[in-house]
Amino acid sequence: MATATITKTAVITKPKNNTRRIVVGVLFLALAVIIWFGFVRELPDGLINTYVMTPSASDAIFPDWVFPTAPALNMIAGICAIMGAYQLARGFGKFSNLMIGLAVGLFIFGFLSWASSGGTINLGGLLRVMVTRAVPLTLGALSGVLCERAGVVNIAIEGMMLMAAFVSTVFGSLTNLWGGLIAGILAGMLMGYIHGVLSIKYKINQIISGTFINIFATGMTSFLSSRFLQKPEYQHLNEPGLFPVIEIPILYKIPFVGPILFGHNMYVYAMFIFVFLLTFLLFKTRWGLRHRSVGEHPRAADTLGINVIKTRYIAVLLGGAMAGFAGTYFTLGSVGRFDESMTAGRGFIALAAMIFGNWNPIGSMGAGMLFGFFDSLSTKLSILRVPVPYEFIGMAPYLATMIVLAGVVGKSQAPAADGVPYEKESL
Amino acid sequence: MSQEPKKNAFLIFLDELSRSSFLVTLLAIFTGLLLGGLLVAVTTVDVYTAMKVSIWDGIQVALIAMWNTFYNLFIGAVGNPAEIIAALQGGDALTIRRAIAPFFESFVQTTPYIYAGLAVALGFRVGLFNIGAEGQIFIGAATATWAGYAFKGLPVYIHLPLALFFGALGGGIWGFIPGILKAKTGAHEVINTMMMNYIAFLLSDWLLRAPMQDPNEYTPKSPWILDSAKMIRLFDTPIRFHIGFFIALLMAFLVWWLLFKTTLGFELRTVGLNSNAAKYAGMKVTSAIVIGMSLSGALAGMAGANEVLGVNYRLTPGFSSGYGFDSIALALLGRSHPAGVVLASLLFGFLRNGARMMQVRADVPIDIVSILQALILAFIAAPAIIRTIYRLKEQKVEEAGISTRGWRSE
Repeated sequence: MATATITKTAVITKPKNNTRRIVVGVLFLALAVIIWFGFVRELPDGLINTYVMTPSASDAIFPDWVFPTAPALNMIAGICAIMGAYQLARGFGKFSNLMIGLAVGLFIFGFLSWASSGGTINLGGLLRVMVTRAVPLTLGALSGVLCERAGVVNIAIEGMMLMAAFVSTVFGSLTNLWGGLIAGILAGMLMGYIHGVLSIKYKINQIISGTFINIFATGMTSFLSSRFLQKPEYQHLNEPGLFPVIEIPILYKIPFVGPILFGHNMYVYAMFIFVFLLTFLLFKTRWGLRHRSVGEHPRAADTLGINVIKTRYIAVLLGGAMAGFAGTYFTLGSVGRFDESMTAGRGFIALAAMIFGNWNPIGSMGAGMLFGFFDSLSTKLSILRVPVPYEFIGMAPYLATMIVLAGVVGKSQAPAADGVPYEKESL
Repeated sequence: MSQEPKKNAFLIFLDELSRSSFLVTLLAIFTGLLLGGLLVAVTTVDVYTAMKVSIWDGIQVALIAMWNTFYNLFIGAVGNPAEIIAALQGGDALTIRRAIAPFFESFVQTTPYIYAGLAVALGFRVGLFNIGAEGQIFIGAATATWAGYAFKGLPVYIHLPLALFFGALGGGIWGFIPGILKAKTGAHEVINTMMMNYIAFLLSDWLLRAPMQDPNEYTPKSPWILDSAKMIRLFDTPIRFHIGFFIALLMAFLVWWLLFKTTLGFELRTVGLNSNAAKYAGMKVTSAIVIGMSLSGALAGMAGANEVLGVNYRLTPGFSSGYGFDSIALALLGRSHPAGVVLASLLFGFLRNGARMMQVRADVPIDIVSILQALILAFIAAPAIIRTIYRLKEQKVEEAGISTRGWRSE
């Protein structure tokens, strides 16, 4: 019986790898075909692309990048085709994820060149906006990583961010920016604590608990906002101000990259710091090992003397704090005032970014950047007159998440005990 | 044999009542309303001004604020009794209709809740968490609108059911996709339905901007549906009550019949309770998941269709009304039973309708309904909170919760 099972799995695993190799190979070829027949064929001769490499209002000037459209597109399609052929014949093995990223990146670049052919597009500006759009997504995803690595599903990122955005506005207006920031983080932690009490102590379904926080936060912030913040006599409570832009002295002068990465307010730098800090903490320290073991196999962790319940409470508190920090970005880092439902579903995209990034801080930032790029691109394309509706570009993050989740192209793997309440065995 | 002291019938009744989940439901609603009232009192500035005079004055003002809120909520939901009596005595038909309009309007608000609540409840029964009712409602509304204006020259008794069917079909497809993904690849339906929500929003944005936009409009709006696709109204204006409410009740009955009286329903519920046991009993778990998600999506789609065919008569971008997330609270409050869902929908429908009057007359933002719904949701999901507050006894049989599962498929 046991042997039969083993042989069966062995037989099943091998063709599955083959299927994946073929699917990915066909995907590469399909990208090449789309570029050739969708983009290049209809293109008139002699068109030229101009990419402006400097974001507007930046003094670090870098020359524009000008190239003829059709040859560039042909080259991109050629590279995709060669990659597809190699993938079908031999397979890239462990590099296939990298190659998928490369091919998709090339394809997006090709699409952009085609969409803007004969015109000018500000690539520097596009990428700069991408970085700012990625901030709440990445920070929100980090909140998810913190919770879910310890086995608590967090779909309440949206609600936590919204509550923190509201609280930070009011406290920021009453005190100063840093007071608002701290109040926002505390509000996020409070929401995280409620999530913890409901799902760890009362063991209610973590998705229901998250839904509760989302509905409650939306209702509460809208209620208080229309009762106070929107009335003229309380306007002074809705003026927290904005964190100033800090240009990093030497790095900002780097051509092209400098203005894109090093000319933002503190949230962008905090994002980079938190991503690397969290990666180090989770994967290189004893604390991280314990944290993850609670998410993977709580019973084993308990046997080794790790306090599962306490670890999970710490996880939701830290996750709440991170979501709170992400929430303050909307008011103190981006808009400078509170509007009803201003997070507009970013918390759910952050959740998608976490899944896309495979429950991993660096992966989450990569996904956040990618989703941020699509966000930035769809706003840009709504201005350019492109035959592809910009709404479809906006759908890309969601479709990509579904594809990754289905495991056809890549596979994301959740912590094993994610979403399972822990109950000590009764003696 | 037993050493327990003899109990009289009344004590036994009290004991049973204290353990019943019905009492917990009532107390959950009561506690939610009470906390909502307190929130209104706490956020009323006059209370603090009065507090400066004396604490007693402050409490008085707070109680008046709470009373005003609930009084206007009640009047908004069922109509003003004094006005109704006066109108009936006056005998003018229009005045009577105006007086009783709020009561019927509550049923108009209830109808989409019934569909959406049924959608989530059906999913729960199959062990699926359909968090994407909102997107399915959008798609259902879009397909029903299209059927409402694209088919011309049909009589009402064909066109109306056809448009409703298109709504169910659209929502059903939107539920089918996460269902098949879950059945074939194990991808968790919570994430996929959530992603499908946003795809639905963007898709309907595009539909309204390009293929479905009314050529006579500059803003993104669909054409009006034809008269033959409109839900029949049972009274003259201003009462908007239409036959959709009865269709929703019929659907609730059908869902009950399907789940509890048919073999398919038995299989669906078995898969929901224990998919491994169902597998060993020879049931097709994958097809149960696909059928469950598709039916759930179809019911949500009918909610969208109902709103277009019965109330709005066209599709507009601001169509969303948060039914998707409310429906989770509805399904839990109704304990995933169709009859319970109908009762819960009536409660939410009356609350939502009454809240509009409350917003105008008592200056309390309508968002308080969301807060109430969230609180009731939490108390129902964690009955232990209510049992602790009111010192109720534990239930003998464990309260049926929602089967908790992680992201990872088994």
